Amino acid sequence: MRIGIVCPYMWDVPGGVQVHIRDLAEALMEDGHQVQVIAPAGDDASLPPYVTSVGRAVPVPFNGSVARMSFGFLSANRVRRWVREGRFDVLHVHEPFIPSVGLLACWVARGPIVGTFHASYGRSRAFSVASPVITSALEKITARIAVSDAARKTLVEFIGGDAVLIPNGVTVSRYSEAEPLPGWDEGEVIGFLGRMDEPRKGLPVLLEAFTLLAAERPGLRLLIAGPGDAGEVLEKVPARFHDRIGLLGMVSEEDKVRAYHSVDVFCAPNLGGESFGIVLTEAMSAGAAILASDIPAFRKVLDDGQAGALFETGDAGSLAREAAALLDDPDRRAKLSQEARQAVRKYDWSTVARDVLRVYETVASTAGVEEDDTP
Amino acid sequence: MTTTLILVVGAIVLLTAVYISWRAGRLDRLHIRLELARESLDAALVRRTAVCLELAASRVLDPATSLVLAAAAHEARTAGPEEREHAESDLSRTLRAVVDQERFRDRVAATPAGTDLLEELGAAVAKVLYSRRFYNNAVGVTRAAQRRWLARTLRLAGHTEYPDFFEIDDTPPQALAAE
Repeated sequence: MRIGIVCPYMWDVPGGVQVHIRDLAEALMEDGHQVQVIAPAGDDASLPPYVTSVGRAVPVPFNGSVARMSFGFLSANRVRRWVREGRFDVLHVHEPFIPSVGLLACWVARGPIVGTFHASYGRSRAFSVASPVITSALEKITARIAVSDAARKTLVEFIGGDAVLIPNGVTVSRYSEAEPLPGWDEGEVIGFLGRMDEPRKGLPVLLEAFTLLAAERPGLRLLIAGPGDAGEVLEKVPARFHDRIGLLGMVSEEDKVRAYHSVDVFCAPNLGGESFGIVLTEAMSAGAAILASDIPAFRKVLDDGQAGALFETGDAGSLAREAAALLDDPDRRAKLSQEARQAVRKYDWSTVARDVLRVYETVASTAGVEEDDTP
Repeated sequence: MTTTLILVVGAIVLLTAVYISWRAGRLDRLHIRLELARESLDAALVRRTAVCLELAASRVLDPATSLVLAAAAHEARTAGPEEREHAESDLSRTLRAVVDQERFRDRVAATPAGTDLLEELGAAVAKVLYSRRFYNNAVGVTRAAQRRWLARTLRLAGHTEYPDFFEIDDTPPQALAAE
């Protein structure tokens, strides 16, 4: 099958949607399909052979934050040419709500168009103002995919109708092997990954539990990777334990993988709202022993506690007890690690790409994707 | 004075004409999308029935299960337009009862054609779910567009019927559910 994928964000800037598209494209190519991607990119960016640049994206304020978008006639013409020359069977547009390449692609093409919705938003004024114009572009999307329940809800609220739910995949092989970070290969280490300043990620619960544990376990250290204010984190823990906390800040993809391999127990203390535990599936791919809060999404990913231990959500005492039990029991950790590597297979991109392919097959027609020259 | 009036009236008429033709074109596009969505839904349903019949005839299952599955698939295949939604829902229910038997997957996978059959069944079940959702989306927008005042007054939809949603129970068996 010839598949054209449209990415609305700068290819050379790291982000969830870009990673999703890269992994999907590579999984589809692995399966023998021809895939082309079009995305905004910097002039000097080194792009993989399957990516076509639509030019630089311009930072504009949109929906409460500043985002880099690609729009205008020049970009539209480049997308048009790419559609014409690509002769795709299916066009797969990501985030068509965003006023960027995705929306342009809906505008210049017709035929089987699949749209994937990633983010969830509150209601935006802009959508109501530009509604008729956007609607006629969005109406061309024949199949809609949402990557999470939250994204699906946004979609239902904005334009009505429904979508099929196909969650993010994880490229298991990317995480399975790595060296621990220097200085973190000995002693007991508990790990956390995520935004430090987002309350729902639950870092304060972990910090409280760490304070409880640190007094009894002199060898215990805490490794935190993710953006946020370090001072705010440290003030929640007594000063005498500060030298036992490692704050990595924002990490590269490679260091993230190494971080998963540096910990004895990986902790996901989220308080809720996580529709899909992408961080958990990464940690599972790395074979980390996981201790997660008992929210429905995590319970499901962890096979009811088979592939990772669960503690009572928001309860630092429960977290500390479970963590201590895990740290004292290497056999159980090894077993959880093995179960996690097994359980994560169904979230591997190869499986997820198969579902996406079924959507393509459902909508694909003999005519394929054509250039739309009607106004 | 008169010239201005003629120009203004002319401009208004022209704009109205452009607007109406744009609305009509949009409705036409929506009808095409709806037709294609209906075709893929039909194809997906027929395909699911075919895979069920193949599974029932494959001697992989015990005779009782085979019979139950074959009967439901036959009903779905022969149902008239009125009973179709009912029959397809029944097939979904039967399929759940069949596939969610204990160790169903392992036992089917152990037979020579089993793995392929399971893969085909999984794809067929998922495609029914997908295509029905895409079809109902298309019905939703088409209905909204047809109901517009302009479309009704000028009969922009022509002779096309007011489309109906296709409502069935298409919950997949747990053992086949996409994660």
